[in-house]
Amino acid sequence: MSTEKTQNTKKRISSKFQNMTDTNLLLTITVVVFFVMYIGAMIFQGGAFLRPQAFLNILNSQAALIIAACGMSIVMIAGGIDISVGGMAALVSMSCAVYLDYKGGNVFVSLLIALAIGLAFGLVQGALVAYLEIQPFIVTLAGMFFARGMTTIVNTEPFNVQNEQFVALKNARIVIPGLGSTNRNGVYVDAYIEIGVVVALLVVIFFFCLLRWSKLGRRFYAVGGNSQSALMLGINVKRTKFYAHLICGLLAGIGGFVYFLHIGSGSPSHAMGMEMNAIASSIIGGTMLTGGVGNIIGTFFGVLSLSTIQNIVSSAGLGEAWWTGITVAAMLCLFLVIQSVVMARKKKIIKG
Amino acid sequence: MQKTEKKKLTVKDILKNIVSRQIFIPIAALLALVLFNLIMDPGFFAVTLKTNSAGNPVFTGNLITILDYGSELAILAIGMTLVTAAAGGQDISVGAGIAISGSVILRVLCGSTTPWPDKMQAPIIVAFLAGCLAAVLCGAFNGVLVAYFKIQPMVATLILYTAGRSIAAWVNLNQLPIVNDKSFGYFGNIIPGIPIPTPIFITAACLIIIALLMKFTTLGLYTQSVGINESSSRLNGLNPILIKFLAFVILGLCVAVAGLIKVSRLSTINYSVIAKDIEMDAILAVALGGNVLSGGKFNIAASVLGAYVIQFLTTTLYKYDVRSDALPAYKAIVVIVLVVLSAPTVRRYLNGFKKKLTLRLSGKEVG
Repeated sequence: MSTEKTQNTKKRISSKFQNMTDTNLLLTITVVVFFVMYIGAMIFQGGAFLRPQAFLNILNSQAALIIAACGMSIVMIAGGIDISVGGMAALVSMSCAVYLDYKGGNVFVSLLIALAIGLAFGLVQGALVAYLEIQPFIVTLAGMFFARGMTTIVNTEPFNVQNEQFVALKNARIVIPGLGSTNRNGVYVDAYIEIGVVVALLVVIFFFCLLRWSKLGRRFYAVGGNSQSALMLGINVKRTKFYAHLICGLLAGIGGFVYFLHIGSGSPSHAMGMEMNAIASSIIGGTMLTGGVGNIIGTFFGVLSLSTIQNIVSSAGLGEAWWTGITVAAMLCLFLVIQSVVMARKKKIIKG
Repeated sequence: MQKTEKKKLTVKDILKNIVSRQIFIPIAALLALVLFNLIMDPGFFAVTLKTNSAGNPVFTGNLITILDYGSELAILAIGMTLVTAAAGGQDISVGAGIAISGSVILRVLCGSTTPWPDKMQAPIIVAFLAGCLAAVLCGAFNGVLVAYFKIQPMVATLILYTAGRSIAAWVNLNQLPIVNDKSFGYFGNIIPGIPIPTPIFITAACLIIIALLMKFTTLGLYTQSVGINESSSRLNGLNPILIKFLAFVILGLCVAVAGLIKVSRLSTINYSVIAKDIEMDAILAVALGGNVLSGGKFNIAASVLGAYVIQFLTTTLYKYDVRSDALPAYKAIVVIVLVVLSAPTVRRYLNGFKKKLTLRLSGKEVG
């Protein structure tokens, strides 16, 4: 009797499992993991995690990563990869910093510079990957090293930007009413977000809609899932791949500017490992490396999970620098294995 | 009249034969670099016998520098070629692997009491074996992820790329151990009395071992067949998982040897800088060797030659006062030019263009 019951529930679960699309399944895992982790941190570590500002600070510091990871997810959904985003962010922040401080330019033009750098990288890399059919990893690896090298050619020494216009923009805060808290001295402090967060949220919403409802968005999934059948359906595979890299480059440019806005300085060592964090967030967010599966909302939660675990690790007293690298890698490894196992099981269930 | 035509054809054929060989690409690149340096400064190739500060005779000169400092890259290129051929992807964690194995070697040599002992606490061979073990474990980790879990090699190795240097720092608790014993420096510099740097000998030994392996075992054939078509090799009774795994383990051994040379050069380690960007150079060496980056046919000799071409390029660039930070930008341009030229679509286009040109030329002659 009881075995029958468990079998029934097992069947029901497995049928639910079957009906779920890959995207939703992996997204659910990510969101659940994030909430479990954050609530766990609130219960066991308390303190800073209980204040809303702690959460907003994650957003403030990771806005650039969210934007870059969105671009990364789109490229990965289309079956490619782009590891030049960190180098691009460093190049953008250094170029803008030099332009603002040494050439006395204004902020709007520096934004254009950022966009132009992103666009140029996206165009070249997209053309090389899509039309010359070179492996995306090799192309973007070269792109990353080119960007890092160019950054030191633009300027070697790290420096803080003094431009007044820029500093005003950097310090601009958007106060969120009702979420403030009292600090240690008993003074009430408003909760705030930076401008970059607004940009990041807009990017997330825009590209979520694009991927879900637009023709181009569906094409990314089709090409990444199976480029051969996409070709047979009449989709221009090469152009779709090109667009994916173009969007990723452009978003990396925007992300670089947001990063610059947050950090306010130029340095060749900026955004070190950002590409790896972006890939890790995308993977944690349920984007499959093989292409065709993924979700921007998942990527958003991926970034949040990644930085939450970093915060947990550092507030648990493991402050040494190496723990961050190791935890991020461990989490990446875990999610990669989960993906591989889930997909293998799903295949088995569908088969028989 | 006809005879001359025939002769012409044979010369053309020979040329074609040479050009279509895989090893032609690195040789051509090497020749181009040699020519460039000969024209710019014939003194570039001078090798002189000098005595160093310790009073030992040493050969110095750019050629020796290239052979010496290209050693790590050449050794890595061996393993990277095998991984590329078997798994159809590259390992980007070799730099981090070198940091880990180097850190382990120093940790064993310095013992647990102090990071700066007067004497080595263990024989070098024990330390080296420990370093080998660490590097092979890293390779095995990558191998399991790639072969068993079927994760793309570059993404699977991303894990160690992120964590490797952190692990290396953690092995020594972020201290910088220094080995004071001179005999440890023999592996990366010179042995007193022998004027040629030791890394050159180590590389030669590695090359001989791998050449014997290729000659007397079926490793090369199996690797190639797994790379070309995994499922058909499985149907023919090979075990693709084992072969891919083996490729990563061999790369791990290469990493350990390179790590020994690296730490021996300085007798200490800097976790964030040691072997930085070497993965890019190793992949570039494989690409320069004309190997297909998506797996299959491979030629280790060509890769090793490619590694020395890269070192040649680096030394040349340094000679013209290019900063080491800016070096990647120039190398990236070389990579892009190379991969664009070797891309199938570009080749097809060039071939078509050549045919058109010859057709037009012959047509003109007739007209």
